Amino acid sequence: MAKQYDAIVIGAGHNGLANAAFLAKAGLSVLMVEKNPYIGGASVSRNLYKDWIYSNCSYVCSLLRPEVYRALDLARYGLQVVPYGGSVTLTQDGDYLGSYIDPDASRREMARHSPRDADAEVRYWRDIMRQCRFIRQFLLRTAPDPTSFKPRDLLELLHLGREFWKLGESVMYDTMRFYTMSIVEFLDEYFEHPLIKAAHAGSGIIGSALGVMSPGTAYVLLHHAMGEVDGTAGAWGFARGGMGAIAEAMGACLRDHGGEIVTGSGVERIQVRNGRATGVALENGDEYTADVVVSNMTLPRTFLECMDPADLRPDFLTKVRNFKIRGSSGKVNIALDGLPQFTALRENRELMHTDMHLIDSVERLERAYDDWKNGIWSQDPYIDMLIPTLTDPTMAPPGKHFMSVFVQYVPPKVHGRDWTDADRDAFGQTVLNQIERYAPGFKNLVLHAEVRTPRELEAEVGLTEGNIFQGELTMDQLLFNRPIPGYAQYRGPVKGLYLCGSSNHPGGGVMAAPGANAAREILRDLRKPNTVPEGWLDD
Amino acid sequence: MRTVRFDRRDHYRHKVFPSPFHARQQAHNELKVWSRWFDYLSVPAYTCAQMEYFAGRNACGVFDLTPMTKHRVSGPDALPYLNRLLTRDVGKIRPGRVGYSVWCTDEGQVIDDGTVFHLREGEYRICSQEHQIDWFLISALGFDVEVVEETHDVAALALQGPTSCATLKRMGLDGIENLTPFGLAHFDFQGTQLMVSRTGYTGDLGYELWIDPGHAEPLWNRLFEAGRLLGIKPMGSEALDLLRIEAGFILAGVDFMPAQQTVRPTHTRTPFELGLGWLVDFDKPVFNGRRALLAARERGPRYRLVRLDIEGNKPAHHSYVYSTRNKNIGWVTSAMWSPSAKANIALATVAAPHGEPGEEMRIEIYYQRELKWSRMMASARVVEGAFYDPPRRRETPPLDH
Repeated sequence: MAKQYDAIVIGAGHNGLANAAFLAKAGLSVLMVEKNPYIGGASVSRNLYKDWIYSNCSYVCSLLRPEVYRALDLARYGLQVVPYGGSVTLTQDGDYLGSYIDPDASRREMARHSPRDADAEVRYWRDIMRQCRFIRQFLLRTAPDPTSFKPRDLLELLHLGREFWKLGESVMYDTMRFYTMSIVEFLDEYFEHPLIKAAHAGSGIIGSALGVMSPGTAYVLLHHAMGEVDGTAGAWGFARGGMGAIAEAMGACLRDHGGEIVTGSGVERIQVRNGRATGVALENGDEYTADVVVSNMTLPRTFLECMDPADLRPDFLTKVRNFKIRGSSGKVNIALDGLPQFTALRENRELMHTDMHLIDSVERLERAYDDWKNGIWSQDPYIDMLIPTLTDPTMAPPGKHFMSVFVQYVPPKVHGRDWTDADRDAFGQTVLNQIERYAPGFKNLVLHAEVRTPRELEAEVGLTEGNIFQGELTMDQLLFNRPIPGYAQYRGPVKGLYLCGSSNHPGGGVMAAPGANAAREILRDLRKPNTVPEGWLDD
Repeated sequence: MRTVRFDRRDHYRHKVFPSPFHARQQAHNELKVWSRWFDYLSVPAYTCAQMEYFAGRNACGVFDLTPMTKHRVSGPDALPYLNRLLTRDVGKIRPGRVGYSVWCTDEGQVIDDGTVFHLREGEYRICSQEHQIDWFLISALGFDVEVVEETHDVAALALQGPTSCATLKRMGLDGIENLTPFGLAHFDFQGTQLMVSRTGYTGDLGYELWIDPGHAEPLWNRLFEAGRLLGIKPMGSEALDLLRIEAGFILAGVDFMPAQQTVRPTHTRTPFELGLGWLVDFDKPVFNGRRALLAARERGPRYRLVRLDIEGNKPAHHSYVYSTRNKNIGWVTSAMWSPSAKANIALATVAAPHGEPGEEMRIEIYYQRELKWSRMMASARVVEGAFYDPPRRRETPPLDH
């Protein structure tokens, strides 16, 4: 006889863990099942080489909702997020555009390239922050169903409308445009200098199978700007000990509230009887039953791989099959024997501590995307890399370093066929060669490199096609359309089945909002006291 | 020689730069405290803010205003351009004159306020608190005009107070006593040009001196030599702030939010809402924000920036403002006890229709005595004009006081 739980949560990523912890806090008996022998999902610290710890998927922290951090007492469970300041974009001719913690130094650095753009940056951030303020208040709220006449949906819609109206006439126009325009079009309204545009454009395409000139990329930039560290809007930090520290703290919180975690075997089948989810059968044959089954897996993985199609409606399945979750990025995690010497930063150690980018024009970014469309990884890839060990002393031996290298674009298939090991190695070489161009001698410092293409991301983390956001962040898949129309309130198509992953509102990033929001809806259905905090708002 | 350099990549090693007057400031800065004003080191107080304040009202004080943002506007279309950019009729600012103005977004919201110097026929300087080159260039489309920022190319000192004119006379600036308020004149100074304007941020007799940064130190030295027997003192930003509040002058980022950096849409202000409607000249057919400002005038202000005379002696820092019916109607933005007016004064923002001259209000004042906080409700009245307005401010020629 299988053990009976109040709720089973599938997938111990940060959203699954947050969801399970909020349910356990409400007094539910919760079982978390995880296919890997470790927890964390894409919020994980891995020891893959000697004394090195890799944040081998997600690598920086900003979006994690501070309300969740506090409500789950993550600080007490050991999580510490340390801010890092600024960023730098290195150019092929050996120059750079830095962004410093000091606002005046940052302004002067921009003015070094274009005095006018340095000033325009004020207007630019004002407009970004206006959009962030609007969207941020919906992160810990369930999206309203615009077709529903339920009082709660009507009130939420009214709230949405009222907040939209409060933006004022010109910002209302801007908002409508913002969600549909490309990042390049948006930047053209502010900046003139190619490097300054390129430096801003990167966050418009990260995790998206879109080019900087594709409609919808302006919003993706917003998604990267709406986080905070300790109330500093748009700031980013490192989780001390790697991104796994977030999952570990959530896991400790879950266990502390009586939750159980079973690792090492994936879900074979979400079991459904008489139109109701009743539990899970694991690949190792173990079965667990519960009245509530929560999937933190991607939308396609949940419904196309772990459920019997006969239990689902065909139109629903069609929409799931067409859910846009195209992989666009890869990751190379590197153990370094010492600090690399970037030609441009020979005299500037300060910027080595920041988020480093290799790009110098939006056209170059667009060409990198062209390769993706042609079914091959970018031959001149856009790289977003950090050396967390310059800030965090816990991840590598003293004097040695861990380098996280995020790479765009990387297609989910190579020329339409599956990735091979040889492809993966060739992709890894493309990345190392690209960095070597900016930092001669870099490759000699590489002690170990873990190369992750969409194939590895899907196989290990379960991210369908390797899409880091569990589904693309385009207008057709946002708010009440996320993941698909009619299913935006975390309730699945069969009773007792819920969704809590980043495929759901408000989307990807190590935010924990979808997990928290789903917990609130589950507790509401179960008529249990709500343990999920409301968003912290200001005027 | 400019002291702010950021053309090289290693500028980041200096988070802040010395002013061209730095060596002199350092010698006088007995408190050894420095503050930052954009790119420059600035002095909050050299010896004692209160004494420096009194220098400004009793003798004369010298304040380094090099860090103020300065732009040069020139070219055949300079005047039509400025008439497009600014709300007032710039044609009325003749060569050798200075005018105060604001400029607005298309929505009629104030971006900044500043002074426009008509240096010579068709050549202007605009001084402002915030950086403006983005907006100035956006507005220059279609005009044959050159707009450049010259903040770092001009060193400037404010010399403010009753003995300021006498000091300049002793310095040998012939005819300086004939300069009328808001006038400017050029003098020869050790082979370079010294511009002196009868302007300032203190509401008193005072001048501002403008020179190339290479001559900054000699200028400072000559000035202090000339004023030695006239009570001249270096003055820090704390003293200047007290002087400008007494004069009833507003400060961007303190008494109103510059529109280009304001995220919350209702937090910006029209000129009418800042009491600056007199700067808006609707006789001009076209200028930035005109259409929105016409509608705003029609609609009436949402807020008013008021000057308050408050009972008692406790400064109303960060206070809420209530109507006599105890409705919360606004907040104080600047407050002080005025040593010259012997009054408890404040600048405040209140929701319209409140804020008519003479209106009574109540101010919630928190004050601390030996760590203990107390609260009082004080009566206040909306007053017009400067809190302290000495006649010497307008005298030409000024007496030697």
